[in-house]
Amino acid sequence: MEKLMAALKAQIVEQLNLQEVKPEDIGDDQPLFKDGLGLDSIDALEIIVLLQQHYGIRIANPEQGPEIFHSVRTIAEFITAHQTAK
Amino acid sequence: MYNGEAYITGTCVVRNNRIYRDGVLLLETPQEQELTDFLRAGYDQVSGQYPKFHKMDPLSKLGWLAAEVLLKDAPLNSYPPESVGLILANKSASLDTDLRYFDTVKDIASPALFVYTLSNIVMGEISIRHGFKGENAFFTADAFDPGFMAGYISQLFLENAVSACLCGWVEVMGPVYEVIMYKVERSGGELVFNADNLQKAGSI
Repeated sequence: MEKLMAALKAQIVEQLNLQEVKPEDIGDDQPLFKDGLGLDSIDALEIIVLLQQHYGIRIANPEQGPEIFHSVRTIAEFITAHQTAK
Repeated sequence: MYNGEAYITGTCVVRNNRIYRDGVLLLETPQEQELTDFLRAGYDQVSGQYPKFHKMDPLSKLGWLAAEVLLKDAPLNSYPPESVGLILANKSASLDTDLRYFDTVKDIASPALFVYTLSNIVMGEISIRHGFKGENAFFTADAFDPGFMAGYISQLFLENAVSACLCGWVEVMGPVYEVIMYKVERSGGELVFNADNLQKAGSI
Protein backbone atom coordinates (compact mmCIF):
# COMPACT_ATOMS: atom_id res chain seq x y z
CA MET A 1 0.00 0.00 0.00
CA GLU A 2 2.82 2.45 0.91
CA LYS A 3 4.53 1.77 -2.41
CA LEU A 4 1.30 2.25 -4.35
CA MET A 5 0.55 5.52 -2.56
CA ALA A 6 4.05 6.83 -3.32
CA ALA A 7 3.61 5.92 -6.99
CA LEU A 8 0.18 7.56 -7.07
CA LYS A 9 1.51 10.80 -5.61
CA ALA A 10 4.21 10.98 -8.29
CA GLN A 11 1.67 10.19 -11.02
CA ILE A 12 -0.78 12.82 -9.74
CA VAL A 13 1.94 15.50 -9.68
CA GLU A 14 3.01 14.52 -13.21
CA GLN A 15 -0.46 14.10 -14.75
CA LEU A 16 -1.93 17.22 -13.15
CA ASN A 17 1.17 19.32 -13.82
CA LEU A 18 1.45 20.38 -10.18
CA GLN A 19 4.82 22.06 -10.67
CA GLU A 20 4.91 23.68 -7.25
CA VAL A 21 4.03 20.50 -5.35
CA LYS A 22 6.43 17.66 -4.57
CA PRO A 23 4.98 14.15 -4.33
CA GLU A 24 6.21 13.86 -0.75
CA ASP A 25 4.29 17.03 0.16
CA ILE A 26 0.99 15.23 -0.39
CA GLY A 27 -0.27 13.56 2.77
CA ASP A 28 -1.67 10.02 2.54
CA ASP A 29 -4.99 11.17 4.01
CA GLN A 30 -4.94 14.80 2.85
CA PRO A 31 -8.15 15.71 1.00
CA LEU A 32 -7.30 16.19 -2.67
CA PHE A 33 -10.04 18.68 -3.46
CA LYS A 34 -11.25 22.02 -2.09
CA ASP A 35 -9.33 23.06 1.01
CA GLY A 36 -6.93 20.13 0.79
CA LEU A 37 -4.66 20.02 -2.22
CA GLY A 38 -7.08 22.35 -4.03
CA LEU A 39 -7.76 20.19 -7.08
CA ASP A 40 -10.75 21.03 -9.29
CA SER A 41 -13.22 19.18 -11.51
CA ILE A 42 -10.84 19.06 -14.48
CA ASP A 43 -8.23 17.51 -12.20
CA ALA A 44 -10.80 14.86 -11.24
CA LEU A 45 -11.19 14.01 -14.92
CA GLU A 46 -7.42 13.81 -15.27
CA ILE A 47 -7.26 11.36 -12.35
CA ILE A 48 -9.88 9.23 -14.10
CA VAL A 49 -7.62 9.24 -17.19
CA LEU A 50 -4.64 8.38 -14.95
CA LEU A 51 -6.44 5.34 -13.50
CA GLN A 52 -7.33 4.18 -16.97
CA GLN A 53 -3.84 4.69 -18.41
CA HIS A 54 -1.73 3.37 -15.54
CA TYR A 55 -4.00 0.80 -13.92
CA GLY A 56 -6.51 -0.13 -16.63
CA ILE A 57 -9.38 0.83 -14.34
CA ARG A 58 -12.54 2.54 -15.55
CA ILE A 59 -14.84 4.19 -13.03
CA ALA A 60 -18.13 2.42 -13.68
CA ASN A 61 -20.23 4.47 -11.30
CA PRO A 62 -19.47 8.24 -11.34
CA GLU A 63 -21.34 8.64 -8.05
CA GLN A 64 -18.47 6.79 -6.37
CA GLY A 65 -16.09 9.60 -7.45
CA PRO A 66 -16.10 11.75 -4.30
CA GLU A 67 -15.52 8.69 -2.13
CA ILE A 68 -12.75 7.20 -4.29
CA PHE A 69 -10.97 10.50 -4.93
CA HIS A 70 -11.04 11.78 -1.37
CA SER A 71 -7.33 11.16 -0.77
CA VAL A 72 -4.35 9.25 -2.09
CA ARG A 73 -5.14 6.48 0.40
CA THR A 74 -8.74 6.07 -0.80
CA ILE A 75 -7.57 5.92 -4.42
CA ALA A 76 -4.92 3.32 -3.49
CA GLU A 77 -7.53 1.27 -1.64
CA PHE A 78 -9.82 1.43 -4.67
CA ILE A 79 -7.01 0.27 -6.97
CA THR A 80 -6.06 -2.56 -4.60
CA ALA A 81 -9.68 -3.71 -4.27
CA HIS A 82 -10.08 -3.59 -8.04
CA GLN A 83 -6.90 -5.61 -8.63
CA THR A 84 -7.85 -8.18 -5.96
CA ALA A 85 -11.27 -8.64 -7.53
CA LYS A 86 -9.76 -9.39 -10.95
CA MET B 1 -20.08 65.61 -22.27
CA TYR B 2 -17.58 62.74 -22.50
CA ASN B 3 -16.19 62.42 -26.03
CA GLY B 4 -14.90 58.86 -25.70
CA GLU B 5 -11.25 59.85 -25.33
CA ALA B 6 -9.03 57.34 -23.56
CA TYR B 7 -5.34 56.94 -22.81
CA ILE B 8 -2.75 54.21 -23.15
CA THR B 9 -1.42 53.87 -19.61
CA GLY B 10 0.77 50.80 -20.07
CA THR B 11 2.27 48.54 -22.71
CA CYS B 12 3.68 45.04 -22.53
CA VAL B 13 5.48 43.41 -25.43
CA VAL B 14 6.61 39.79 -25.34
CA ARG B 15 8.67 38.48 -28.24
CA ASN B 16 12.05 36.85 -28.98
CA ASN B 17 12.30 35.56 -25.39
CA ARG B 18 12.08 39.08 -24.04
CA ILE B 19 9.47 40.86 -21.95
CA TYR B 20 9.17 44.64 -22.14
CA ARG B 21 7.02 46.93 -20.02
CA ASP B 22 6.54 50.44 -21.35
CA GLY B 23 9.53 49.91 -23.63
CA VAL B 24 11.84 48.83 -20.82
CA LEU B 25 13.32 45.34 -20.93
CA LEU B 26 12.14 43.34 -17.88
CA LEU B 27 13.37 39.87 -18.77
CA GLU B 28 15.55 38.30 -21.41
CA THR B 29 16.41 34.62 -21.69
CA PRO B 30 18.63 32.84 -24.25
CA GLN B 31 17.13 32.85 -27.73
CA GLU B 32 17.43 29.07 -27.99
CA GLN B 33 15.32 28.56 -24.86
CA GLU B 34 12.00 26.89 -25.60
CA LEU B 35 8.76 28.80 -25.08
CA THR B 36 7.68 26.64 -22.12
CA ASP B 37 10.90 27.41 -20.23
CA PHE B 38 10.79 31.09 -21.17
CA LEU B 39 7.23 31.34 -19.87
CA ARG B 40 8.24 29.66 -16.61
CA ALA B 41 11.11 32.14 -16.24
CA GLY B 42 8.66 34.97 -16.83
CA TYR B 43 6.25 33.58 -14.26
CA ASP B 44 9.01 33.20 -11.68
CA GLN B 45 10.19 36.76 -12.21
CA VAL B 46 6.88 38.54 -12.56
CA SER B 47 4.46 36.63 -10.41
CA GLY B 48 4.80 33.27 -8.68
CA GLN B 49 2.26 32.00 -6.15
CA TYR B 50 -0.36 31.15 -8.79
CA PRO B 51 -0.10 27.37 -9.38
CA LYS B 52 -2.93 27.43 -11.92
CA PHE B 53 -0.47 29.07 -14.31
CA HIS B 54 1.28 25.75 -14.88
CA LYS B 55 -1.92 24.15 -16.12
CA MET B 56 -2.63 26.81 -18.73
CA ASP B 57 -1.88 26.37 -22.41
CA PRO B 58 0.79 28.59 -24.02
CA LEU B 59 -1.80 31.10 -25.29
CA SER B 60 -3.26 31.62 -21.84
CA LYS B 61 0.18 31.74 -20.24
CA LEU B 62 1.29 34.46 -22.65
CA GLY B 63 -1.81 36.59 -22.15
CA TRP B 64 -1.89 36.01 -18.41
CA LEU B 65 1.80 36.92 -18.08
CA ALA B 66 1.42 40.13 -20.09
CA ALA B 67 -1.59 41.13 -17.98
CA GLU B 68 0.43 40.41 -14.86
CA VAL B 69 3.24 42.65 -16.11
CA LEU B 70 0.78 45.47 -16.80
CA LEU B 71 -1.22 45.18 -13.59
CA LYS B 72 1.27 44.06 -10.95
CA ASP B 73 2.24 47.55 -9.84
CA ALA B 74 -0.71 49.45 -11.28
CA PRO B 75 -3.89 47.36 -11.05
CA LEU B 76 -7.24 48.49 -12.38
CA ASN B 77 -9.01 47.86 -9.09
CA SER B 78 -10.18 51.45 -8.74
CA TYR B 79 -12.72 50.71 -11.50
CA PRO B 80 -15.91 48.67 -10.96
CA PRO B 81 -15.19 45.12 -12.25
CA GLU B 82 -18.12 45.45 -14.68
CA SER B 83 -16.45 48.41 -16.38
CA VAL B 84 -13.11 46.75 -17.10
CA GLY B 85 -13.04 45.13 -20.53
CA LEU B 86 -10.77 42.76 -22.38
CA ILE B 87 -10.40 42.91 -26.15
CA LEU B 88 -7.80 40.66 -27.71
CA ALA B 89 -6.95 39.35 -31.15
CA ASN B 90 -4.62 36.89 -32.81
CA LYS B 91 -4.00 34.95 -35.99
CA SER B 92 -4.15 31.30 -34.96
CA ALA B 93 -7.03 31.37 -32.45
CA SER B 94 -6.47 28.26 -30.26
CA LEU B 95 -5.07 26.08 -33.05
CA ASP B 96 -1.79 25.49 -31.18
CA THR B 97 -3.70 23.74 -28.39
CA ASP B 98 -6.36 22.27 -30.71
CA LEU B 99 -3.63 20.25 -32.43
CA ARG B 100 -2.14 19.06 -29.14
CA TYR B 101 -5.61 18.02 -28.01
CA PHE B 102 -6.24 16.23 -31.31
CA ASP B 103 -3.08 14.19 -30.71
CA THR B 104 -4.45 12.97 -27.37
CA VAL B 105 -7.79 11.97 -28.88
CA LYS B 106 -6.06 9.08 -30.63
CA ASP B 107 -5.41 7.59 -27.17
CA ILE B 108 -7.40 9.05 -24.28
CA ALA B 109 -8.63 12.61 -24.79
CA SER B 110 -7.06 15.02 -22.31
CA PRO B 111 -9.63 16.99 -20.27
CA ALA B 112 -6.91 19.45 -19.24
CA LEU B 113 -6.15 20.28 -22.88
CA PHE B 114 -9.78 20.26 -23.96
CA VAL B 115 -10.64 23.19 -21.71
CA TYR B 116 -8.16 25.36 -23.62
CA THR B 117 -9.51 24.62 -27.09
CA LEU B 118 -11.12 28.06 -27.37
CA SER B 119 -9.12 31.22 -27.98
CA ASN B 120 -11.13 33.32 -25.52
CA ILE B 121 -10.13 31.13 -22.55
CA VAL B 122 -7.08 33.37 -22.14
CA MET B 123 -9.47 36.20 -21.29
CA GLY B 124 -11.19 33.99 -18.74
CA GLU B 125 -7.86 33.28 -17.04
CA ILE B 126 -7.02 37.00 -16.90
CA SER B 127 -10.52 37.83 -15.64
CA ILE B 128 -10.35 35.22 -12.88
CA ARG B 129 -6.98 36.51 -11.75
CA HIS B 130 -7.95 40.19 -11.69
CA GLY B 131 -11.69 40.01 -11.11
CA PHE B 132 -12.70 41.63 -14.41
CA LYS B 133 -16.35 41.27 -15.35
CA GLY B 134 -16.70 43.75 -18.20
CA GLU B 135 -17.16 43.66 -21.96
CA ASN B 136 -14.92 41.22 -23.77
CA ALA B 137 -14.25 40.03 -27.29
CA PHE B 138 -11.62 37.98 -29.06
CA PHE B 139 -10.99 38.61 -32.77
CA THR B 140 -9.07 36.56 -35.28
CA ALA B 141 -7.18 38.35 -38.06
CA ASP B 142 -4.10 37.82 -40.23
CA ALA B 143 -2.13 40.51 -38.41
CA PHE B 144 -2.48 43.01 -35.59
CA ASP B 145 -4.67 45.83 -36.84
CA PRO B 146 -4.28 48.94 -34.65
CA GLY B 147 -6.92 50.79 -36.68
CA PHE B 148 -9.58 48.18 -36.05
CA MET B 149 -8.62 47.80 -32.38
CA ALA B 150 -8.68 51.58 -31.81
CA GLY B 151 -12.03 51.97 -33.57
CA TYR B 152 -13.76 49.13 -31.75
CA ILE B 153 -12.50 50.10 -28.31
CA SER B 154 -13.09 53.83 -28.76
CA GLN B 155 -16.72 53.00 -29.43
CA LEU B 156 -16.86 51.00 -26.17
CA PHE B 157 -15.51 54.01 -24.28
CA LEU B 158 -17.89 56.36 -26.08
CA GLU B 159 -20.87 54.21 -25.13
CA ASN B 160 -19.63 53.96 -21.53
CA ALA B 161 -19.44 50.19 -21.93
CA VAL B 162 -15.95 50.31 -20.40
CA SER B 163 -13.94 52.71 -18.25
CA ALA B 164 -10.73 50.76 -18.67
CA CYS B 165 -9.55 47.73 -20.59
CA LEU B 166 -6.68 45.50 -21.56
CA CYS B 167 -6.40 45.02 -25.29
CA GLY B 168 -4.00 43.84 -27.94
CA TRP B 169 -2.49 40.88 -29.74
CA VAL B 170 -1.73 37.48 -28.17
CA GLU B 171 -0.51 35.01 -30.77
CA VAL B 172 1.14 31.61 -30.50
CA MET B 173 1.57 28.77 -32.93
CA GLY B 174 4.21 26.22 -31.99
CA PRO B 175 7.44 28.04 -31.20
CA VAL B 176 6.31 31.29 -32.83
CA TYR B 177 4.65 33.78 -30.52
CA GLU B 178 4.10 37.48 -29.95
CA VAL B 179 2.22 39.56 -27.43
CA ILE B 180 1.50 43.28 -27.68
CA MET B 181 -0.85 44.20 -24.86
CA TYR B 182 -2.03 47.61 -23.76
CA LYS B 183 -3.70 49.00 -20.70
CA VAL B 184 -6.19 51.68 -21.66
CA GLU B 185 -8.01 53.97 -19.25
CA ARG B 186 -10.52 56.75 -19.49
CA SER B 187 -8.15 59.06 -17.68
CA GLY B 188 -4.77 59.14 -16.06
CA GLY B 189 -2.41 59.12 -19.00
CA GLU B 190 -0.79 61.36 -21.55
CA LEU B 191 -0.62 59.04 -24.54
CA VAL B 192 -3.96 59.35 -26.32
CA PHE B 193 -5.50 56.02 -27.33
CA ASN B 194 -5.55 55.90 -31.13
CA ALA B 195 -4.22 53.71 -33.94
CA ASP B 196 -0.99 55.65 -34.40
CA ASN B 197 -0.09 55.52 -30.72
CA LEU B 198 -0.99 51.83 -30.52
CA GLN B 199 1.42 51.22 -33.38
CA LYS B 200 4.16 53.35 -31.82
CA ALA B 201 3.79 52.01 -28.29
CA GLY B 202 3.99 48.42 -29.53
CA SER B 203 7.01 48.94 -31.76
CA ILE B 204 10.10 47.68 -29.96
